[in-house]
Amino acid sequence: MSAAHPSPSAALPARSRLAVATGRAVAGASQLVHFGSGSVIGGRAALLVDRDLLRHLTRGREVVLVSATNGKTTTTRLLGAALGTDRPVVSNSLGANMTPGIVAALGPADPAATAVLEVDERWVEQVLAQTGAGTLVLLNLSRDQLDRSQEVRKLAERWRRALTATPPERVVANADDPLVVWSAQVAPEVVWVGTGQDWTADAAGCPSCTGRIAFEAGHWRCTACDLARPEPHVTVDDAGVTLPSGRLEVALSLPGRVNRVNAAFALAAATALGADPSAAGAALGQVQEVAGRYRVARLGGHPVRLLLAKNPAGWHEAIDMLTPAPAPVVVAINARIADGHDPSWLWDVEYERLAGRLVVATGERRHDLAVRLRYAGVDHVTVEGVEDAVARAAQAEGHRPGAIIDVAANYTAFQEYLEMVGGPR
Amino acid sequence: MSATRESAVRVGVLFPDLLGTYGDGGNAVVLTQRLAWRGIPVDVVTVAAGQAAPDSCDLYLVGGGEDGPQVQATRELDRSRALHRAVDRGAVVLAVCAGMQILGHRFPDATGADVPGLGLLDCETVRVDRPRAVGELLTGPARVPDPDRPGATIDLGELTGFENHAGRTLPGPSSTALGAVEVGEGNGDGSEGVVCGRVVGTYLHGPVLARNPRLADLLLGWVVGADALTPLDDREVDDLRAERLRAARARELAPRRSWRDLLRRS
Repeated sequence: MSAAHPSPSAALPARSRLAVATGRAVAGASQLVHFGSGSVIGGRAALLVDRDLLRHLTRGREVVLVSATNGKTTTTRLLGAALGTDRPVVSNSLGANMTPGIVAALGPADPAATAVLEVDERWVEQVLAQTGAGTLVLLNLSRDQLDRSQEVRKLAERWRRALTATPPERVVANADDPLVVWSAQVAPEVVWVGTGQDWTADAAGCPSCTGRIAFEAGHWRCTACDLARPEPHVTVDDAGVTLPSGRLEVALSLPGRVNRVNAAFALAAATALGADPSAAGAALGQVQEVAGRYRVARLGGHPVRLLLAKNPAGWHEAIDMLTPAPAPVVVAINARIADGHDPSWLWDVEYERLAGRLVVATGERRHDLAVRLRYAGVDHVTVEGVEDAVARAAQAEGHRPGAIIDVAANYTAFQEYLEMVGGPR
Repeated sequence: MSATRESAVRVGVLFPDLLGTYGDGGNAVVLTQRLAWRGIPVDVVTVAAGQAAPDSCDLYLVGGGEDGPQVQATRELDRSRALHRAVDRGAVVLAVCAGMQILGHRFPDATGADVPGLGLLDCETVRVDRPRAVGELLTGPARVPDPDRPGATIDLGELTGFENHAGRTLPGPSSTALGAVEVGEGNGDGSEGVVCGRVVGTYLHGPVLARNPRLADLLLGWVVGADALTPLDDREVDDLRAERLRAARARELAPRRSWRDLLRRS
């Protein structure tokens, strides 16, 4: 791939070079007036100059795409670290995951660097067609932003169509998510990762035939057609990952079961691309935070840890990461366009599991959360601003003086709090 | 129906694995807790796809879902006829979105072909050449005919929720709309929801019973008698309702959306 077609920047068409320059100028101007990093608006400006910029920026380049409902930013970061052990890597590491954000990341980058790109699940078709990526990593599909993504099954159909139209050399995919399996199985080569994920609420109906999917421990199959769990090539356990080449102990800095799964995907993809397993595994352990997730900082005069949880499947994993009860927790819910305008999904989260502690509800939709917590029988209060919410949590009976207070927020609330503690880095 | 019950209220949740995409499972939580807080025993019977639906429940919940699972759920209910038998002997049904479409005479599948519904609600759902209806849905003060007192109606106040559907539903002559749309799309003809006796259909998610406790108590009252429903502390719901009514009327689907959000959206 990239070795066979070295792609110096001079090979970029003049129009694309002008597009990149325009994008950087616009991004710089946007930064000057404090509109955030400016990468997205810069990318949009660049695409106005050269509509095919993404195609030009990835021609001859080794490209890996990562998509999912949950875990795509983290897995992209981990995979970038793993591949970075033996080659230059460029990544859209701050989560700007549609075409404008991707071209903004690639524009100024070393043309020989491997591109490890997070892609919004609705943009896979377009980005795959434009980049002709050699490797596609598909983690999971579940309900998220129902008002925008409409139906999760339709996303699976779009993924399947994308893989038929532009087949990559290989797909690394989740063997335990029926929607992902059905999408990925059309690819010429699939590395199946056994994740042991137990979030099955979005896959009861078979994506292939609408029959019923039967889930048993460690297996699933459609009761009406042939769709069934493929035998995984890669599996994950409490302390490591088993690759086709053997088992590897992995000591992660990131918390939770779900991040061990993300690490398994990163290792599966990196080793399929030729990375040395032990070097890659060691690099994963060096990743401490991902675009601000898990950062410990001071907010409202108290130490806090920022967690992102933006949909039921994400919360399912996040509740396990929280400091156990009776430690209080601040939960922030917004319903802006990037969160989805409909927070009904709060009722698909097992908030009953937060019982035994005080939950301080904040964010623009704290009243929706308060009603949910009342029906869940969870002790709670609502507080408007996050700093006051943290201060209120610090007065909770279950709070140990000086202990780090968990702040779990959905997307735009998380971004807002991250800006308050120094922004992404 | 009797105000003093010896046995627990049986709530049947039909196929939440097929029809639970939009948080409608919360309706079962709301009903269960509103009975439990009043000391009324309750049994929730969750019927997964592939299991036989019982015909012996007092109250059934059918939620919203996607096209494929919607057809599958219809197939199962049509085959077993359990819901038909239950409705015949006076059981209460709340059917939301895809659930309401299933209970009507017909609805379109993913390809646009007509699928025969269960015929428990006098309405039919059609595909229209209009965008999917997505957003806050608010009705004016809603009134429902009292099935026990012909001519009388029961006042539910404004109904608030979130709608997300492609089809539009035409109420038939023997049904009543649940309310008149103030903000949003609803059935598509200015009305929202369909009521036939004790069977209630609606496009409101939220979940609808979390945002509209009077509707929850109407359904429960049909089972245990309105007298058994002592008042509850709904102040937090009142706060939520006040906020959502204000937001819907202000057409404020994106609270405090700024230029920064638009730029970050990427």
